[in-house]
Amino acid sequence: MNDAMTQLYQQVILDHARERHGYGLVTGHAGESFQVNPTCGDEIRLRVHLDTTGPAPLLERVSWEGMGCSISQASASVLTDLVRGVSVAQADELAETFRELMNSRGRSLSSAKDEMLGDAAAFTGVAQYPARIKCALLGWMALRDALAHALTQAPPAEEKNGMNNDD
Amino acid sequence: MSTTAEQTLTAAELAAVRADFPLLERTVRDGQPLVYLDSAATSQKPECVIDAEQDFYLRRNAAVHRGAHALAEEATTAYEEARETVAAFVGVASDELVWTKNATEAINLVAYAMSNASVGRGAPASAALAVGPDDEIVVTEAEHHANLVPWQELCARTGAALRYLTVTDTGRIDLTSLDVITERTKLVALTHASNVTGAISPVTEVVAAARAVGALVLLDACQSVPHLPVDLKALDVDFAAFSGHKMLGPTGIGALYGRRELLEAMPPVLTGGSMVEVVTMTSTTYAPPPTRFEAGTQMVAQSVGWQAAAAYLAELGMPALAAHEAHLTAHLLDRVRTIDGVQILGPSTPEDRIGAVAFVVDGVHPHDVGQILDAAGIAIRVGHHCAQPLHRRLGVQSSARASIGVHTTIAEIDYFAEHLARVREFFGRP
Repeated sequence: MNDAMTQLYQQVILDHARERHGYGLVTGHAGESFQVNPTCGDEIRLRVHLDTTGPAPLLERVSWEGMGCSISQASASVLTDLVRGVSVAQADELAETFRELMNSRGRSLSSAKDEMLGDAAAFTGVAQYPARIKCALLGWMALRDALAHALTQAPPAEEKNGMNNDD
Repeated sequence: MSTTAEQTLTAAELAAVRADFPLLERTVRDGQPLVYLDSAATSQKPECVIDAEQDFYLRRNAAVHRGAHALAEEATTAYEEARETVAAFVGVASDELVWTKNATEAINLVAYAMSNASVGRGAPASAALAVGPDDEIVVTEAEHHANLVPWQELCARTGAALRYLTVTDTGRIDLTSLDVITERTKLVALTHASNVTGAISPVTEVVAAARAVGALVLLDACQSVPHLPVDLKALDVDFAAFSGHKMLGPTGIGALYGRRELLEAMPPVLTGGSMVEVVTMTSTTYAPPPTRFEAGTQMVAQSVGWQAAAAYLAELGMPALAAHEAHLTAHLLDRVRTIDGVQILGPSTPEDRIGAVAFVVDGVHPHDVGQILDAAGIAIRVGHHCAQPLHRRLGVQSSARASIGVHTTIAEIDYFAEHLARVREFFGRP
C-alpha cells in the first residue's frame, strides 16, 4: 500500500479503530450528545461523566457508542484517553486544538500543541483529505456538545451537527 | 438484455470513445492514472458536449422565447431543437418534455402540481391530479431520496397516505407486495434502475397493477436512460424524470416527461415570466405545456450541451452501448463476487441490472475502502448514495459503489478488483 495511505492511517489510528477505548455507554452521566454525519450516515452518542467534588468540575470519563469509519472511531477512542481526568476548560482547549489541527491542511502545529494532543496528533494526515475531516471531528463535536449540556443542565438534544448532505 | 457479439463496441471503437473524454487523460493523487468508476453519480463529458456549450456562448447566446432579433431567434431554435433531440432519445414528443434544473426538480414539479391541484388550482381539468386524506401514493423501498421525500411531503401537505412496495433480500422489488396498489392509489412512483443495487425494476408488472386501479405511474429514469435503450411510450408510464449530467451532458438541466393530456391538466408550480399568456393586476392565464412549467430565464446552453450528449450516445447506438456495458457489468460482478470478505448488495448476476455495483467489505467501513482505492487513482462512491431506507432494508448502514460508464474498460475493472482485494489486509482484517 502506498506511502500516502500509511501516512494517513497511522498505526495508532488502526489500533484504536480495532480496539475502541471508552466504547459502551455508561449511566450516571452529566451530559450526552448525539451527532450524525449525514454525508455517510456515521453516528456517535457520547456521554460525559463529571467529578464536581472539587472547586472546578473535572471530566471524570467519557463513554460512547457509535458506528463509522476507522477515522471517526479511532478519533473518539483517542479522545476518550486524552480527556480522562482533565478540567472542563482543558477539555475545551484540547477540542479547539484538535479542530485547529484539522484545519491545518496537513501541516504540524507547534511542538507544544502537538505534545498536548498526544496520540491525537496522529490525525495530522487527515487534514489533507477534506472529505475525512468531519469524520475525525465527529467525536470532538459530541464532546463539546455533551459538555455544554452538562454545564447548562439542559436535556440532551437529538440534533444534527449541521454538516451538509452530499446530494 | 439480449446481446450478440457484433452489437458491442469493438476495441477500436472503445479507444476512440476514450479519446473523446479529455478528463480521462489526467492523473490524480501523485500521478496515478484516473480510473473513473463513479458514472452513476455523474458522468464525465465528451469534448463534443463541452464544445457545444461553448459554441452556444461564443456564437448564439440570447434569451429564448422573447425578443425578435436574430440572436434571439437562433437561441430559441437551438433550445427547441435540443428539446426535440432529447425527447426523441426517450421516444416522446417534444411538447411532452419539460426542462427542469435536474431530475429532483422534475419529480418535485409533479408533486407540487398535485399539491396545487389538491387545493383546486387548475380545476376542473386538474381534478385527476388532486389528492386528499382518502388517497394513497405508492413508492418503493428502493428509491433514491429524490423519489421518496417529495412524496412524503405531498402526503404531509394533503393528508394522503404513503405506502410502499418492499424489496427482497437481493434488492429486487418484491412483486408479492403489489397489493399495496389499490383503488385508493393515485400515483405509483418507482425507479427504473436502482442507483445502489443496479436492479432494473419490473416496470411492466407495476404499470399493469397501477393501470388496473386507475393510478398514475412516475418513473425515475435517471440511471436507465444513460445506459439502456429507453422508450417511455413503450413503457407506458405517465411521467418520467431524468437528468443531463448522468448521460454525458451538463449539470444544471434535467427533464420531466409527462403524457400530453396530463401536462395540459397540470397547474403551474413555479410562476413568473415566460410561462404566461395574459397577465392583469388581478389574474393570469397560463401558457400551454411545456412552457407553462418553465418560468424565468432558462438553461439554454445546458440544453444545447445535453442535445450534443444525446446525439453522441445515439451515434454510438444505445443497443450496442447496453450490450457493451452488460459485458463489462458481468466482468465487474465476477471480479467483486470472488473477493474474500466482499459482499455485493443486490443482484450478483448480470440479468436485469445495470453496471452500478454496491458492495460492503467485512470489517472495513466504506469510507476507508474508498480512501484506499482513491490512493490508487480509483474513483468510487461511498456512503448511502441518497438511499438510506434501501441500505437499512439490506441491513447495512452504508456501502461502496463502483459504477461503469461508456468509457470503462476491462483493464480498469481488473485494476479496481486487484486493489479492492488488498483493502482488508491493509486494515488488518484476517
